[in-house]
Amino acid sequence: MTATGIGASVKRKEDYRFLTGQGSYTDDINRHGQVYAYILRSPHAHAEIAKIDTSAAESAPGVIAIFTGADYDKGGLPAGWQIHSKDGSPMIEPPHLPLCKDRVRHVGDQVALVIAETYAQAKDAAEQIDVTYKELPAIISTADADKPGKPQVWADAKNNTCFDWHLGDKAATDAAFAKAHHVTKIDLVNQRLVPNAMEPRAAVGDYDRATGEYTLYTTSQNPHVIRLLMGAFVLQIPEHKLRVVAPDVGGGFGSKIFHYAEEALVTWAAGKLRRPVKWTAERGESFLTDAQGRDHVSHAELAMDKDGKFLGLRVSTVANMGAYLSTFAPCVPTYLYATLLAGVYTTPAIYAEVKAVFTNTVVVDAYRGAGRPEATYLLERLVDKAAREMKMDRVEIRRKNFIPRDAFPYQTPVALQYDSGDYFATLEAALKASDWAGFESRRADAKKRGKLRGIGISTYIEACGIAPSAVVGSLGARAGLYECGSIRVHPTGSVTVFTGTHSHGQGHETTFSQLVSDTLGIPIENVEVSHGDTNKIPFGMGTYGSRSLAVGGSALVKAMDKIVAKAKRIAAHLMEASVADVEFKNGTFTVAGTDKNVPWGTVALTAYVPHNYPITELEPGLEETAFYDPLNFTYPGGCHICEVEVDPDTGVTQIVNFTAVDDIGRVINPMIVEGQVHGGVAQGIGQALLENCVYDEESGQLLTGSLMDYCMPRADDLPNFKVATQSTMCTHNPLGAKGVGEVGAIGSPPAVINAVLDALSPLGVEDISMPATPLKVWQAIHSASAKVAAE
Amino acid sequence: MHDFGYHRPASAADAAGLLAGKNEAKIVAGGMTLIPTLKQRLAQPSDLIDLGGIAELKGIKVESGGITIGAMTTHADVERSTDVRKTIPALAVLASGIGDPLVRNRGTMGGSVANSDPAADYPAAVLGLGATVRTNKREIKADDFFKGMFETALQDGEIITAIHFPKPEKAGYSKFANPASRYAIVGVFVARTSGGIRVAVTGAGPCAYRSKELEGALSANFTPDAVKAVKLSADGLNSDLHATAEYRAHLISVMASRAVAAAS
Amino acid sequence: MPTVEMTVNGKRASAQVEGRTLLVQFLREKLGLTGTHIGCDTSQCGACVVHIDGRAVKSCTMLAVQANGASVMTIEGLANGEKLHPMQEAFRDNHGLQCGFCTPGMVMTAIDLVKNNPAPSEEEIRHGLEGNICRCTGYHNIVKAVKAGAAAMKG
Ligand SMILES: Cc1cc2nc3c(=O)[nH]c(=O)nc-3n(C[C@H](O)[C@H](O)[C@H](O)COP(=O)(O)OP(=O)(O)OC[C@H]3O[C@@H](n4cnc5c(N)ncnc54)[C@H](O)[C@@H]3O)c2cc1C
Ligand code: FES
Ligand code: FES
Repeated sequence: MTATGIGASVKRKEDYRFLTGQGSYTDDINRHGQVYAYILRSPHAHAEIAKIDTSAAESAPGVIAIFTGADYDKGGLPAGWQIHSKDGSPMIEPPHLPLCKDRVRHVGDQVALVIAETYAQAKDAAEQIDVTYKELPAIISTADADKPGKPQVWADAKNNTCFDWHLGDKAATDAAFAKAHHVTKIDLVNQRLVPNAMEPRAAVGDYDRATGEYTLYTTSQNPHVIRLLMGAFVLQIPEHKLRVVAPDVGGGFGSKIFHYAEEALVTWAAGKLRRPVKWTAERGESFLTDAQGRDHVSHAELAMDKDGKFLGLRVSTVANMGAYLSTFAPCVPTYLYATLLAGVYTTPAIYAEVKAVFTNTVVVDAYRGAGRPEATYLLERLVDKAAREMKMDRVEIRRKNFIPRDAFPYQTPVALQYDSGDYFATLEAALKASDWAGFESRRADAKKRGKLRGIGISTYIEACGIAPSAVVGSLGARAGLYECGSIRVHPTGSVTVFTGTHSHGQGHETTFSQLVSDTLGIPIENVEVSHGDTNKIPFGMGTYGSRSLAVGGSALVKAMDKIVAKAKRIAAHLMEASVADVEFKNGTFTVAGTDKNVPWGTVALTAYVPHNYPITELEPGLEETAFYDPLNFTYPGGCHICEVEVDPDTGVTQIVNFTAVDDIGRVINPMIVEGQVHGGVAQGIGQALLENCVYDEESGQLLTGSLMDYCMPRADDLPNFKVATQSTMCTHNPLGAKGVGEVGAIGSPPAVINAVLDALSPLGVEDISMPATPLKVWQAIHSASAKVAAE
Repeated sequence: MHDFGYHRPASAADAAGLLAGKNEAKIVAGGMTLIPTLKQRLAQPSDLIDLGGIAELKGIKVESGGITIGAMTTHADVERSTDVRKTIPALAVLASGIGDPLVRNRGTMGGSVANSDPAADYPAAVLGLGATVRTNKREIKADDFFKGMFETALQDGEIITAIHFPKPEKAGYSKFANPASRYAIVGVFVARTSGGIRVAVTGAGPCAYRSKELEGALSANFTPDAVKAVKLSADGLNSDLHATAEYRAHLISVMASRAVAAAS
Repeated sequence: MPTVEMTVNGKRASAQVEGRTLLVQFLREKLGLTGTHIGCDTSQCGACVVHIDGRAVKSCTMLAVQANGASVMTIEGLANGEKLHPMQEAFRDNHGLQCGFCTPGMVMTAIDLVKNNPAPSEEEIRHGLEGNICRCTGYHNIVKAVKAGAAAMKG
């Protein structure tokens, strides 16, 4: 390993600009002649728009135009995934117009677009728009949405049901339950979360009269996907007339995958007004419009034999979609959730039913982990409960049911085939790192200090490296999920890398530079990574589902294979040798068994100055593009262990130790990998202890609509983390990479809750829901001690 | 935010004059409460009178055994003042727990007290220490100052100039912060003074108030256990997403016992 | 419209602004100093932190007119030419940033923290960062960076 090669903790190339305030985020971009958009939003969860009077606002200072649903003449936002119900019928796909026409369906729905010379003027004018609403009753509750007699979000979606889907073998599962020695049952809520990337969404639309080209600068994780969706479906602008740029993006976590109304509106308005139009969300708007995450209500049952071996699993889940279908919403509670219900266990029969419902709330879509945290939380809570009921050790019951090391590739009963893994290795490493064995003495010590100490474990798997196109296509995806990469070797030998993935914190500029510099044997400073601009990058599907290295990196490997193959032919010509004898190592071409060599730079120069060149057989130039479509998902897994101390007087839970040992396949930059795990774990702890998106059940108002009430993890809420990797290689991509972006958020929540329950178990507390806030913990302690007192 | 006229007078008298001369004028001190309110368009003053340029409103003085703190003194200045740390350490502790360091670098004593936010910290100290609020017109006893949620004894156009805190024999403050906003869900200030025990509670009711039960318990026995054992009624206490009234009632006893334990 | 005049990163800056113009808007829109970010509308996140006369403040919760006559330092003013401030350097060395959006505010807060407490403990650092939210890093490396930055600022 060299100081900058694969496996080295190279300091990030992108940091200098961020540390000196020279990042270029969307709101930092200003176009000549730019005007500002403010969006008037619905104050009601559900209402008919009886009348909109914009006359006073139109003559307000600085106003350029006001558009309402009546003015909007283009398409709606499409759903990118089609799910079919059990009975074969397609899901209900309601229209999703960027500006509401006659009805609003959640607080924050777009009612009018106000454009003025300054943002303040646009906002001032919006106050003068007079909208007459006829309020309708709203449905908010996930669990109640499909009950008869509830308010209906969409006339077509009977009982608010979008689809009623299932996966697995019901008969086999029923048979497994019939022979069970014991069945453990659990009811769980996986609460709704607000992603809250620190950079609020923003979009600048521009139109060039001279060329007829539109440009959209937007806070996106996948500019090509936005170009495709907005161009083809919403505004009908052909790709060659539409450029989408996702510049520096301040965090995404899923929420910036989707195509949003505001992107379409500023682009559309820029074309109409012939002026650039900028919109930037205020945080309050982010709360009301960024797709939210999770929101499942589930019941699960686990059948076991007398030794605690899992025989069968039944799961039924209701998943909230919100008021519309966001871009990838339908696949999250289905193919990213139910397919993971085998977990790391050999459970032979699994049957899952998932009902997706509409409610008068903000849309729900993928948020860090997307479906996999929900599956992991359900399984790992269930397994802990099963161990308690079977009077078995929590670790032992897991070991007993792990997929054995030699069983890979392993076909689960829920469609996936795991290629590699070693759950025993990550478990043992985590037990050791967390000093699991020494816990009881720490518990006793805490007790002396008046604290309740608990330890919790979670052994998880996830499926990422999204995704084989043919497979996802057969499951309803309306897009391919390959990735594209280009390598442009310049005449002097330096390289520009073009990737269709997008970095919004992940450090691709560094990781991909390491990969390329190591493979081509050139200094890392001679590599530049370019991403995020549809006019520069041939194509791309973006960054989400922990796919950038496994899929995007593999595309770069393929492109480099092509580069090296061609370069070898040039080198062979220069060295007057046969191509078969040319070897390439550390940036030098040699002829096997001789001392002939040409350096990389000479080959690059020759490619562009082809004076001595096999010109009849080979084109000049040295630039190659590859598309890589993965053969399978990748399957990171691992073990997270959390140790907490609960203050029984206040109900405050403090995390005193957190250990994560993850199998993520090949590691290019350990520093970046650790950072990804830290961030993911912080979000998982946030879900477990702090974060909760709460709507008023009657009015549909978002009660946690600002950072004053929605509790984001802060520095003093979190511990230092112990993280390590213990990898097996992915067997089907050229890097052996699995992915690390989401593991932290997937593995951690059940470890935390299992720890809290372990701490409270001496008091007889058996259940607590996320987030385990001080209030909830205190209430649990309080009612348990009341129960004890009564008995 | 709606636009407004901006004025930066150099003396409290000029500020009072400006305030009287405009019909919808408002004072801005640190702006840590007012500016977010304006940004949300929840208030629409015609003019802002910025007290930031008035030297006479700033500063900390040891005075008749106690401490006098100018209205425009920031929380950070109180937190770091050696005079405060020496004379009433609990006050410095309280100041060091308000919001975050950036808020403390701007937010002021006067602004916090004038605002009477039900979840603010300073009101607990003002009441707990039996302080005197000095204005450009008069002096107001702490016990007469806090009237309700965002309501005080201040009249239109009245400006807090300073607050005088008498030195207690012993005092302590303990706060249970809202995990999201960091304001007080419950804050309890206890003081043993020459005039008796004072216990002031913030966060739990419409404004800071004194707890007779806790004062009684501590008068008998100034120990943490004496208050921890007191079961308070939840009637009339605030209830929200983060804390029910019952939980608050319980926390008051717990915070009171911690404040006693920390008292110095 | 009032005219404001202040020193920003050592240079004089003056412009006409509305009374309601926030300092952060003045910096970003009038002076083009877009390193200072806006992450929220309730004064919670700290993405907007700058130094006013040597004190770290949230520039989203201050009017531009209130900074009249003041000396303002933003993230753009920290480095000495190509040479990063020791705190910036420490953030890079310790991978204390991912997306970079919270970073300017974190760095400005961290410098103020160290000014008041030259050798902060981990707990003091975590408490001192209460007004700065980062969604990416989980703070682990930020805390490490501030500690390293503090040591570097001393020496
Ligand atoms: C993120 C954040 C967290 C916070 N956390 C806490 C916390 O934990 N605990 C806490 O107690 N507070 C907290 N605060 C509030 C903070 O302490 C404020 O500084 C304080 O409440 C108001 O002081 P100010 O100087 O900023 O006043 P301003 O916002 O300028 O003014 C507040 C009100 O008081 C009036 N006023 C100001 N000065 C005077 C005066 N001298 N005479 C008469 N009227 C006056 C103003 O007209 C206005 O109505 C927090 C604020 C923020 C933004
Ligand atoms: S922008 Fe969030 S605190 Fe200033
Ligand atoms: S680095 Fe992204 S918010 Fe902190």
